[in-house]
Amino acid sequence: MRQYWWKILSIVLLLYTFIAGLLIKVPTIGNLYETIRNLFFHVPMWFGQLILVTVSLVYSIMYLRKPKPHYDIMATEFARTGSVMGVLGLITGMIWANYTWGAPWNNDPKQLGAAIALLIYLAYFVLRNSMTDLDKRGRVAAVYNIFAYFIYIPMIMVLPRMVESLHPGGKGVEGNPGFGGDSLDPTMRVVFWPAVLGWTLLGTWISTLNVRIKTLEDKKHFS
Amino acid sequence: MLISRNINLSVINSLHSILTLFKKDLLLEVRQQYTFYGVILYVASTIFVLNLAMEHPEDKVWNGLFWMIQLFICVNAVAKSFLAESRGRMLYFYTIAGARDFVLSKLLFNAVLMIVMSLVSMGLFFLLLGNPISNPWRFTGIVCLGGFSISLVFTFLAAIAARAQQNAAMMAIMGFPLIIPQLMLLMKISSVAFADVIQSGLGQLIMLLTGLDVLVIVLAVILFPFLWKD
Repeated sequence: MRQYWWKILSIVLLLYTFIAGLLIKVPTIGNLYETIRNLFFHVPMWFGQLILVTVSLVYSIMYLRKPKPHYDIMATEFARTGSVMGVLGLITGMIWANYTWGAPWNNDPKQLGAAIALLIYLAYFVLRNSMTDLDKRGRVAAVYNIFAYFIYIPMIMVLPRMVESLHPGGKGVEGNPGFGGDSLDPTMRVVFWPAVLGWTLLGTWISTLNVRIKTLEDKKHFS
Repeated sequence: MLISRNINLSVINSLHSILTLFKKDLLLEVRQQYTFYGVILYVASTIFVLNLAMEHPEDKVWNGLFWMIQLFICVNAVAKSFLAESRGRMLYFYTIAGARDFVLSKLLFNAVLMIVMSLVSMGLFFLLLGNPISNPWRFTGIVCLGGFSISLVFTFLAAIAARAQQNAAMMAIMGFPLIIPQLMLLMKISSVAFADVIQSGLGQLIMLLTGLDVLVIVLAVILFPFLWKD
């Protein structure tokens, strides 16, 4: 049974994000001025990336426990959408950095972390495509996916604490590596959390569509 | 009491098979002398070329180069550790020892190999690129820890690459992004050897690195049995 309500919710939330995100009055913090609106587009993409990649991890673990081809497809497609979200997050961040920091790339720890995340998942796809045996491909890719995820998470915790950062939300070297959830202004919060949910749902939607296409293709080949 | 004795027995059993497999790798190495001298030559020629290119580099460059060279040494030294085992032999190991014992013995062997390699390359660095280190003993300790940490990650990636029937290039693609946290920690830690004063928070960094090592070992032990099955 297919459920439609969350797809509609995703569209509504994203429409709300775009309209409210560009129109509401935003607080002036430091040198951010109007660029603070990027919070509704850039940050939720990284939240979405992390959530989608975590879903991919869960399916990889499930695949190792019980090797059903469906789990493998799910893991791959969620990782793929997660990577696309990551690229979008990186690009929106670079556009923002160009105006706020003066250059699109500043070797900021968050930028490094983002670039590393993309490299890890690109390696995942290269590894997958290097194997032709379906069963082996699923298993080896799942093992790499799990291994990489559990190194990636400590890395985004460690890296920002070791390099000075200009990124908002972190307070120099001591700051929270992610984003200061408590210091978020209430007016921003009204748009931010719906935006996170909206982008994540959109990513899930795209992933499930890809999964269905992949499943149909496989059916064509194996029947 | 019986249960505890059984557990003790199985621990002793697996320790025994780990040591036996380790000894087998060591013997092969001593008899063939292929990896060791091959990598030594690789190290020597790389550092010699570096010497020709920049003679005595600055401290920061020296440190960065040192750890990058360790990375390439590790890829070369560790890559063959699983490829060398044929399918039939893997099956044989499977019957006499478990997957966990097998991967632990490989981790141990590669760690020892990599520590030796790191120490040799440190000596060559001192000889050919000058010695900017003010505290050699501390640096030696850091080098051992570094060789150990890097070898763990690449051993597991070598297992994955061998399973995918891929070469060292695949290891580099998979490994370089994953090794960054260890490498950054190592560069940060080793910067203390260039100065006389000990920075605060050094212990914390070392703890962090050790924690990452433990994490990699645990992941390897949990995940390797899935790679092993055919």
